[in-house]
Amino acid sequence: MYVAVKGGEAAIDNAHRLLADRRRGDRSVPALTLDQIAEQLALGVDRVMSEGSLYDRRLAALAIKQARGDLIEAVFLVRAYRTTLPRFGYAEPVDTGAMLIERRVSACYKDLPGGQLLGPTFDYTHRLLDEELDGDAEVGPGRLRMGAEEPVSRIADILGAEGLIEEDLDPSPLDEPGDINQTPMEFPLSRAMRLQSLSRGDEGFLLALGYSTQRGYARSHPFAGEIRIGEVEVEVCSPELGFAVPVGRVQLTECQMVNQFKGSAKAPPQFTRGYGLIFGQSERKAMAMALCDRALRAEELGEDIVAPPQDQEFVISHCDNVQATGFVEHLKLPHYVDFQAELGLVRSMRAEHAEPRDESLPDMKEAAE
Amino acid sequence: MEAEAHIAVRKNRMSVLARCNAGRLQELWDRLGLDPAHKTLRGPESGLVMLRGRVGGTGEAFNLGEATVTRASVRLEDGSVGHAMALGRDGAKARLSAIIDALCQNLETAALIDAEVVAPMQEELDRADETRRQQTAATRVDFFTMVRGED
Amino acid sequence: MQAEAHMLEGGFAEPVLEAQATFRAVMDAMARPAGIVRIGPNATPPAPLTPLAGAIACTLLDADTPVWLDPLLSGSEAVRAWLGFHTGTRFASAPDEATFALFRDPAGMPPLDQFAQGTQEYPDRSTTLILQLESLESGPPLTFGGPGIKREATIAPRGLPADFAAQWAENTRRFPRGVDLILTAGDALACLPRSARLMEREG
Repeated sequence: MYVAVKGGEAAIDNAHRLLADRRRGDRSVPALTLDQIAEQLALGVDRVMSEGSLYDRRLAALAIKQARGDLIEAVFLVRAYRTTLPRFGYAEPVDTGAMLIERRVSACYKDLPGGQLLGPTFDYTHRLLDEELDGDAEVGPGRLRMGAEEPVSRIADILGAEGLIEEDLDPSPLDEPGDINQTPMEFPLSRAMRLQSLSRGDEGFLLALGYSTQRGYARSHPFAGEIRIGEVEVEVCSPELGFAVPVGRVQLTECQMVNQFKGSAKAPPQFTRGYGLIFGQSERKAMAMALCDRALRAEELGEDIVAPPQDQEFVISHCDNVQATGFVEHLKLPHYVDFQAELGLVRSMRAEHAEPRDESLPDMKEAAE
Repeated sequence: MEAEAHIAVRKNRMSVLARCNAGRLQELWDRLGLDPAHKTLRGPESGLVMLRGRVGGTGEAFNLGEATVTRASVRLEDGSVGHAMALGRDGAKARLSAIIDALCQNLETAALIDAEVVAPMQEELDRADETRRQQTAATRVDFFTMVRGED
Repeated sequence: MQAEAHMLEGGFAEPVLEAQATFRAVMDAMARPAGIVRIGPNATPPAPLTPLAGAIACTLLDADTPVWLDPLLSGSEAVRAWLGFHTGTRFASAPDEATFALFRDPAGMPPLDQFAQGTQEYPDRSTTLILQLESLESGPPLTFGGPGIKREATIAPRGLPADFAAQWAENTRRFPRGVDLILTAGDALACLPRSARLMEREG
């Protein structure tokens, strides 16, 4: 229960002023520019775009600056901004097969067509802090390797040729995928709506859940079938033009997780898949999302639901960090009346609790109960 | 068939205009010295489009998340209408792109604009893509099998 | 097919401010059922869509609200192109799939129960009907009571279906399900939310 109280305006005003002061920090240090954040803290920007569910590098950079680097606060700012904009419509589904690839690896096949392309990865770095970065030393450009472009095929196509992996369901142009922004959540959710939730879900939460599936909570024997990062074209349907208008490119990370499946009455033993698709470059999250997606398909695949990652309501209701922040942090709002009631209750319970001790034979009374 | 070819050219032009650097576009545009009178039909206005993916990459569509876009539509004095939409929130670039789209309804003007504005920018964008492709190619793993020793 | 230029003109000149003003007027009218609110129509859609109905469409419709048009409106390519361009709306093929419905000829409209009625859990998932009428003051008077109405309120719309009173009584019985109406005539608008009860029947 909340009670309206007045007061504190001056305190709030001064707190905001103090926030601005602390955000700026030592005035002898140059202020950060949004270009610096977008260029040099690019993966932080990606995370804010992904969890803010809004692809706009500059807005995400601004949010990070305003939130003093608190990425969940920045996500909150982006989500709030998003609600002020009208929605013009829907883009055509992106074709990740036609991606301009910056990185692509598979843990299933060494020599798959297109090869293992490491890209700008942290893998194989020694995780030793580099003192040279404490400065602005000249950095050379990436090396080039000439040669004809080789088509980069998908893992599903390779396994699919032998029928060893489940196929994607044929797209039905009539079915509109649900949108979690527009409709209240009713469980069970379609896989399309789950993927939308997971894609904007909290990276840490998905990572922990994905990890738990590997440790035995919903075992699914995952292999990283393919991870690819790169840019895809976006086209938006335009009724006035009668064709889909290209509006530019976005960077995405896609993960195809390949999982063993022992088969069921309906399907022979084969590999099943979990899918992850994320704004920007975020391999960790794309992989975690794919693990969660696969675990959430338990019911569809006739598996026993025994662990939290398989429980739609548990995963989807708790993966959004803006929602989670709101509910956890609301505890700091005044609960004065609630607490007074609780205080009265605890006092009366204590009084009751103390009473039997005054009697001569407390043990017998307890035994009788 | 002719209409299809016309749409393909127009789409390609729109793609270059959407991806190009706003400053570079303005620079090339200014060199043409064109400044047609126009009426705004809509925008420039910023809003959202919902981006979509496909389950598993090729399956059913799902909503991935939104992106900011800015659009504009203009009409020139001769009645030709131009539209533009691009990711981001640059209203001036959207208006200029719509004017260019409208001018290009005239085939002669289109040839001039394509040669002087679109083609140079497309070449620059393609070159940047090629550099990225080659940089990525340089990180390709060349496996070689070690000779197995026999104990 | 590319729409003709004239079909694309006549949207709000100041989309944010004009949509806000129109929204405010519709909200006020919805809060005081059967009370007439006047606004200067500021959209100029192609006929037979009226300026006021066009302004309301620009304010309420978007890509996520499918609209159903009565035959007189849907028969006009210009109206469809104009609505699509300025609101981004999609066209519903059946009345019960529509979030909004627009009528040039309300007298011949399908029965109210053919539109989306919402569900007990989500009564908001219903159709809002926007009617272009000849007048709100020169037709047979209808008196309403209910939330937002002090004692009673009377309007006299001309051009409603002959059995409107019976249909509205049915609509009231479906509460909390049911449809809401926005009545327009010239620059006047009045609303009949499903909570407005018809007090007496006029011949």
